[in-house]
Amino acid sequence: MPTWFRTLAATALALALAAGAAAAAAPKGDARVGATIYERCAACHALAYDRTGPHHCGLVGRRAGSVEGFAYSDAMKRSGIVWNARTLDHFLANPLAVVPGTSMGYAGVTDPGERADLIAYLVGASNAPPCAGPPLTRGAP
Amino acid sequence: MSFLLVAQQPDAIAARRAFLGKSGLLLSGAAVALLSGREALAKGQASTAADVSILNTALGAELEAIAAYQLGAESGLLQKPVLDLAVTFQGHHKEHADLLAKTVAKLGGKPVAAKAKYAFPVETLKSQNDVLRFAATLEKGAVSAYLGAVPLFGNRDLAKAAASILGDEAMHWAILRNALGEVPVPTAFMS
Repeated sequence: MPTWFRTLAATALALALAAGAAAAAAPKGDARVGATIYERCAACHALAYDRTGPHHCGLVGRRAGSVEGFAYSDAMKRSGIVWNARTLDHFLANPLAVVPGTSMGYAGVTDPGERADLIAYLVGASNAPPCAGPPLTRGAP
Repeated sequence: MSFLLVAQQPDAIAARRAFLGKSGLLLSGAAVALLSGREALAKGQASTAADVSILNTALGAELEAIAAYQLGAESGLLQKPVLDLAVTFQGHHKEHADLLAKTVAKLGGKPVAAKAKYAFPVETLKSQNDVLRFAATLEKGAVSAYLGAVPLFGNRDLAKAAASILGDEAMHWAILRNALGEVPVPTAFMS
């Protein structure tokens, strides 16, 4: 194989990897502010347990509609989304436009800065209690 | 480059149209009549399957709120008159849930049922204030949820009815904060 071809292939691979990393990179946000924004989600979501919406521990890297035992909409199960900073940013801006038919009947977080803060919180929360600690909850009738 | 890692990338607008078009649930404003109790005003506006879905999600959250207040009431941590307050608020949520369920059914949908069991952070509820703070968190979330739902309704009267519930949730939140000794209304705007 010619040297020039190996160089070109390596360069192309490096560019592809860089593009992929950029696509999944978290926008810069303040997780402390994001914790406050996350309070808006508290009617339907919690970090450690399923509610009207699915739990958020382990969200990043998870395929949408894949929490075992949770009753997702068909639209979410079929979405093909894998949650990362970019996909969260896109979805949270207008959930029903990104996944028509989702059960998440919410207009979205329209401010990009607020989304960045919220996503920073969600990413960081996976490495802290209750996500990183023992289960916090037990069932209640 | 798309921001989404999707197996298939449907055009969002086209998909939404398809979803609504296939639903066959382009309905009248009968839900308004049910929610507002004023059938004479409920005419000329269309409700869609998307409206039904939003109502059903709200119903699920209301049913969970009823269970949460039940947990608080039975915890033995609430003293009168706080206990009475909790039971009153639970009654409001029952009224919300009842109307939402009837509206979903009226619009041709299937109302979601209460779960047999809910998960709550019971290990963190050690005192009356813990219960109040937990309830306040849920109520504030409910305000935000309805605020996020109101602009989505195809039927503007449904949006009005949802806003009416939003107002009730906001009052719950403020009173719970007051009971906690916090500023009842900390901001001029909700989000």
